Amino acid sequence: MTPKTEQELADAIASAKGPLHITGGGTRPIGNPVVGEGLSTSGLSGITLYEPGALTIVAQAGTPVAEIEAALDSENQRLAFEPMDHRALLGTSGAPTIGGVVAGNVSGSRRIAVGACRDHALGVRFVDGAGEITKNGGRVMKNVTGYDLVKLMCGSFGTLGVLSEVSLKVLPKPETSATLTLHGLSVAQSVEAMSAALGSPFEVTGAARTHDTHIRIEGFAASVAYRLEKLKDLLSGYGEISVTEDANLWAGITNVTGFAKTDSDIWRVSIKPSDAPALIAALPDTCETSLDWGGGLIWVATPAGTDLRATMAVDGHATLVRASTQTRAALPVFHPENPTVTALSQGLRAKFDPRGILNAGLMG
Amino acid sequence: MEMPIPNANVLSRKSQIVERLQSVLPPAAVIHTESQVRAYECDALTAYKCPPLCAVLPASTEEVAAVLKVCHDMGVPVVPRGSGTSLAGGALPTADCVILGTARLNAVLETNYDDRYIRVQSGRTNLSVTGAVEEMDFFYAPDPSSQLACAIAGNVAMNSGGAHCLKYGVTTNNLLGVKMVLMDGTITEIGGGHLDAAGLDLLGLICGSEGQLGVVTEATLRILRKPEGARPVLMAFNDNEVAGACVADIIKAGVLPVAIEFMDRLCIETTENYAKAGYPDCNALLIVEVEGAPEEIDEQLALILEIARRHDPVELREAKSPEEAARIWLGRKSAFGAIGQISDYMCLDGTIPVSSLPMVLRRIGELSEEYGLKVGNVFHAGDGNMHPLICYDANKPGDLELCEAMGAEILKLCVDAGGCLTGEHGVGIEKRDLMSHQFDPADLEIQMAVKDVFDPDWLLNPAKVFPLDTSQSRRIAAE
Repeated sequence: MTPKTEQELADAIASAKGPLHITGGGTRPIGNPVVGEGLSTSGLSGITLYEPGALTIVAQAGTPVAEIEAALDSENQRLAFEPMDHRALLGTSGAPTIGGVVAGNVSGSRRIAVGACRDHALGVRFVDGAGEITKNGGRVMKNVTGYDLVKLMCGSFGTLGVLSEVSLKVLPKPETSATLTLHGLSVAQSVEAMSAALGSPFEVTGAARTHDTHIRIEGFAASVAYRLEKLKDLLSGYGEISVTEDANLWAGITNVTGFAKTDSDIWRVSIKPSDAPALIAALPDTCETSLDWGGGLIWVATPAGTDLRATMAVDGHATLVRASTQTRAALPVFHPENPTVTALSQGLRAKFDPRGILNAGLMG
Repeated sequence: MEMPIPNANVLSRKSQIVERLQSVLPPAAVIHTESQVRAYECDALTAYKCPPLCAVLPASTEEVAAVLKVCHDMGVPVVPRGSGTSLAGGALPTADCVILGTARLNAVLETNYDDRYIRVQSGRTNLSVTGAVEEMDFFYAPDPSSQLACAIAGNVAMNSGGAHCLKYGVTTNNLLGVKMVLMDGTITEIGGGHLDAAGLDLLGLICGSEGQLGVVTEATLRILRKPEGARPVLMAFNDNEVAGACVADIIKAGVLPVAIEFMDRLCIETTENYAKAGYPDCNALLIVEVEGAPEEIDEQLALILEIARRHDPVELREAKSPEEAARIWLGRKSAFGAIGQISDYMCLDGTIPVSSLPMVLRRIGELSEEYGLKVGNVFHAGDGNMHPLICYDANKPGDLELCEAMGAEILKLCVDAGGCLTGEHGVGIEKRDLMSHQFDPADLEIQMAVKDVFDPDWLLNPAKVFPLDTSQSRRIAAE
């Protein structure tokens, strides 16, 4: 089913006889396997409102991300949380949608500086499991009117309701950017250097380690030049530093393209940066890692079927982003939570989707 | 403002309830005499007062859990209270409630500069969080104007903002984790030093839930390194509309100031008489502040001033020294106090899309004429967060009601312009009955369903946020 209007979406859900498998552009098949009739939001498409002077954009959920980005680009603005494009990593094709970005709380390297998708989501319209059309939040940047269901919907992967429209905060594009690259650091040294940079007043908007360690700054040209020198001084104890202005570097880091052409399972681990060295040291030798968010986000490629959580002895959570259907059926994709949080989450699902038909079981 | 009739069954059991609370807390932590509970009869919305049944001041998460368990078992409503600075009546008691104050929960539990967070007990004041990390040149960004007094517990409950959220966001964008107690006494942790949730974003749901879902006892907060410097510029215009257009142009130009503050003529004149900041004679005034190293500030301010010059300003004044910067901020920071000197006032915080600013200001002016009440406007212009201050005379019979009626008109106007009832103060009791103007019944129903999950008996701060008639069946069922 591909409803063309919010009302059609509501009718489709209200009259559903069994479980539904909700997708946007279908480029992010993340989650436990779902059985059900297909329901795509890709027919709900188009930018409803864009006010550059108010830094806000409102679009129907099925609007392609590319269309949003093109509109913003024409006003020299952007989605500052740098949503990851999962296509290379997950081997999918098609057009990622803005609803999919919100439903998955999809963010990129700049999350460490400006917040995640959830921090830029201002409002949602959605249809709950009973077919009821509901709205929450709005299109203004400060809004504490009633409960914040926008955050709840963001990252709920279509299990609480099907998004029909989202409203997002956007930000100006910087005049320029530059990246400092540090070579040959161990994980511990790299995290230490990234923490020093992120704890400086020099407004770092990316801190990642692939093989080398990369630190990004953005802004007006004179300011970037000034901060570049300051950061070089700050990090002078970590060996040779080179400077690049390669924008593709950060797309590659955010989209984890380094792990695209492997047949490993891919885990996404969120921890305190200072726990990264211990987490990585405890992994089997057969694993490869890539760090983002100053070490707070670790991408791990493991041999198929490995339970990464078995060696994870630090606080945080690990999501199995890519694996075979069998592995995803055997290992929960989303990190198990404490019993109280689990009970509250189940309680919410029962209220939002009383028949349990929306992407049932996707999040566990 | 109507409040529900207190539950006679609870009132009649006061001595047993106090006794049970005394059995789980030190004697001094249970406040129950008529004269002592009076200290908790209102918050910063002082027009409404009601002494609670009693008040408790637990000093640990375990004591909070014990209190909530007692109240849960005995069917007693609980109103959580941070420092009582709510402008929306978020901590207003009912006669049948136990006030749960966080004043004794004020410890710093952990500071972690490598991972850039601090973990505090929730009764700690906003400013003292920054105070705890200042020696390392770090700060906690959300800065509500009550920051000297207000508690993190209240900031989390109301998702408080401040003048600098254009760049740094509000509480929810700076909150990494909480330890909280549910109404039945269950203690749980959500989030922590890491980013984002493993499953559903319950942290985002709890922040801003006005103490209706649980009592937060500890918070993990993001801390940031202080910028090298900051400098404000003052811009005076002869027209609100022009000032509004200037704000939009600054934002579109790609500069992101940390603050853009707006004041209208009434506020400018009143604060000038009171604080003598040396503000120019004009109809609209903007204070724009940028941050960074001196060279970075120069570059950004040059761009901002160039934009301002295109809007025919009456005066542009750049701070050349810290003293001049302080003088620019002086008037803005004393605005509420200055208005308070000349009149009683009600402060609203409806938020609108920046593009609607001229229309909304014009309409507020018309309403002011219609109702015969003066209105001063001072607000965070960058994010459209208005703060109309409606002046009234508390000693004049009917004036408060007139003021409230006009306030309701203004808030409806904000909603109709594409905005919302409240940008940072919260709904509390003040905007409770206007919720149905912003939300359809289905929108409210699903929010109330969330409360059903966290607090099935509707004992936590039950008479707030939702229109009384809308929440009535749930509250009655709980009795």
